[in-house]
Amino acid sequence: MSVNVLLFKITLLLYFVATVLFLVDMIWRREAAGKVARWVLYGGFAVHCATLVSRYLNTGYTPAANLYEALSFFAWAVVGCFLAFDLRYRLTALGAFSCPLALALMIIGSAATKAPHELNPMLDSWWFPVHVTLAFLGDAVFGVAAGAGVLYLVQERMLKSKKFSSLYYQLPSLQVLDSINYKCLTFGFPLMTMGIISGAIWANSAWGGYWRWDPKETWALLTWFLYAALLHGRLTIGWRGRRAAIFAIIGFLCLLFSFLGVNWLLSASHSFKALEGR
Amino acid sequence: MNIIVVGLSHKTAPVEIRERVAFAPTAMEKPLRLLVGLPGIAEGLIVSTCNRVECYAVSRDADGGLAQLRRFMTEYHGLADAELESHLYDFQGEEAIRHIFRVAASLDSMVIGEPQILGQIKTAYGYASEFKTAGLILNRLLHKAFSVAKRVRTETEIASNAVSVSFAAVELARKIFGTLTDKTVLLIGAGEMCELAARHFINNGVSSVHVTNRTHERAVKLAAEFGGKPILFENFTEQLHQVDIVLTSTGAPNFILGAKKVEEVIRRRKYKPMFFIDIAVPRDIDPRVNDIENVYLYDVDDLQGVVQANLKERHKEAKKAEGIIDLEIGTFFRWLSTLDVVPTIVALRKKLEEIRRGELEKTFGNLKNLSDKDKKSIEALTAAIVNKVLHPPITILKKTQNDPSGDSYVEAVRTLFELEPPTPEGDLESLDDKLEE
Repeated sequence: MSVNVLLFKITLLLYFVATVLFLVDMIWRREAAGKVARWVLYGGFAVHCATLVSRYLNTGYTPAANLYEALSFFAWAVVGCFLAFDLRYRLTALGAFSCPLALALMIIGSAATKAPHELNPMLDSWWFPVHVTLAFLGDAVFGVAAGAGVLYLVQERMLKSKKFSSLYYQLPSLQVLDSINYKCLTFGFPLMTMGIISGAIWANSAWGGYWRWDPKETWALLTWFLYAALLHGRLTIGWRGRRAAIFAIIGFLCLLFSFLGVNWLLSASHSFKALEGR
Repeated sequence: MNIIVVGLSHKTAPVEIRERVAFAPTAMEKPLRLLVGLPGIAEGLIVSTCNRVECYAVSRDADGGLAQLRRFMTEYHGLADAELESHLYDFQGEEAIRHIFRVAASLDSMVIGEPQILGQIKTAYGYASEFKTAGLILNRLLHKAFSVAKRVRTETEIASNAVSVSFAAVELARKIFGTLTDKTVLLIGAGEMCELAARHFINNGVSSVHVTNRTHERAVKLAAEFGGKPILFENFTEQLHQVDIVLTSTGAPNFILGAKKVEEVIRRRKYKPMFFIDIAVPRDIDPRVNDIENVYLYDVDDLQGVVQANLKERHKEAKKAEGIIDLEIGTFFRWLSTLDVVPTIVALRKKLEEIRRGELEKTFGNLKNLSDKDKKSIEALTAAIVNKVLHPPITILKKTQNDPSGDSYVEAVRTLFELEPPTPEGDLESLDDKLEE
């Protein structure tokens, strides 16, 4: 087992522990568990950084060239993004959403083949790291937005129906959740836009065409339009609260589908096979 | 030494009984002095509130002490034994400590987590300190009870959710809006509960209040009271889009606000959330308003439901608090015994050192022709004797400090050497500062 796979497993374990601790805090309200969870998650994030660096040193390219690497990269971005938000808002509830999400991505990733392979030399340009970094950071920010959206809907449901479960007492105010939605949108949308543009430039240098309408590109564009609509709606007609939350969730599901579903169900140049130098 | 308590509370006695055994807060000196004057009672403290009357004491003989306290409670108020007997409870040792911790932490209150009881116990302790009926052990017990109560407050959410309808409205608003500072409240109609809720909103940061009423003079008067702005009742719906929180309690027989109007308003507000609190019966606002996006409508029953849910939460949190108390009882025992031994040893050393100094001065005064060197040897000799004498008792005191027998050694040393009781650490004022931290 190579060093980076070992580090990956340690990361996975730490994310698992953090997830359990966050859930313990949420369900049994042990605030101490939430505190420890954050430290464990910081530790996991640090090990994760080391995993990515060692993978990079090992293969010589940005570690996002096969499904295993990409999922790991995605999870890294989600955790990083949550920790950044947590510094400002300290939202255990969001941790209890983001952390299991990252864990799930890591588990799916660990099921994928881990062996590194040669990168198709045609694709090996510095647009590659730019494209994947922007795209995944955007995805992660939208992941956090979807988390805030789920929490918003849960709480809104309780406030409207006037039936309160014990989760109610753990959730931040609707206003905070909605402002997270907005912040994520203002960060995520530019990231996603630049991700798509950089991808197009990369595609042009590699394949000699900016846009080829492969399924992943199509889905990404669709998702982009969805988020564009939400941003527009927010800024002009006052789409906020429930509607914005639903949009954020649907948008993220589309993102997940264009990332995973397209790879599994449809074949395209974005399937990782195409990145391999065979 | 045993800590004992005899008392009754809202759980064991109806108000007709409680009011007859209550001690007047203005005349606590007499009962306190009588209490510590009872045979076998070393220290005493009386807690008397409208929900409980309790006598805490320290006694060498727990069962005898409890009998004394029971008799004291009945006789002081001129009641017959039989009248009180079935209402009184008593605890001793660990259970007595648990009891005062639970009372101070408001776990034994009628509304769990209500904050007044801690202040009432502080007042009771204030009297006991003033009249010097609380000694070494009760001082420590009470200080510990205050810190346990504080721990329970900060580490559990026992007091964090509203148990009154008007405050529940404020908490719901916080859940919806986050901060309330830049929010505007509109008060429609008047009524005690409505005004109380408005006051709660103002105390929690709401900066702008509008008031409207069918009788405009009333609106003007009420607005002046809240430092708000009166609005003509005829066109209050025109201003509704500027308002985040609406409190209504008019005597109107029909709805004064329908879903259609609110839909218009919310669109005009670009779907910024609105919170309607309808305290009127019959209701002022069409319940269908609650179905509109980003609009929340609560009537009196809904708010009652919130209060019930909050109470249930408090009961859950109380279980956590019991865990904290279990831990603290253990530490209190250990703390009590160690702190008992250390000041005793210090006092013992000080006492013998005083005797030694006194005798040396006398001797040196008589023997004027001693050289400095001789004086030094004599001084060393006496110091060595004192140390040799002190060594076994101090060793035993230290060794037995965690045993049940430890107390009796401390007691024996204090009696045999006539040591003054150590002063309690800190007075009430400094304790309050500590609790505020």
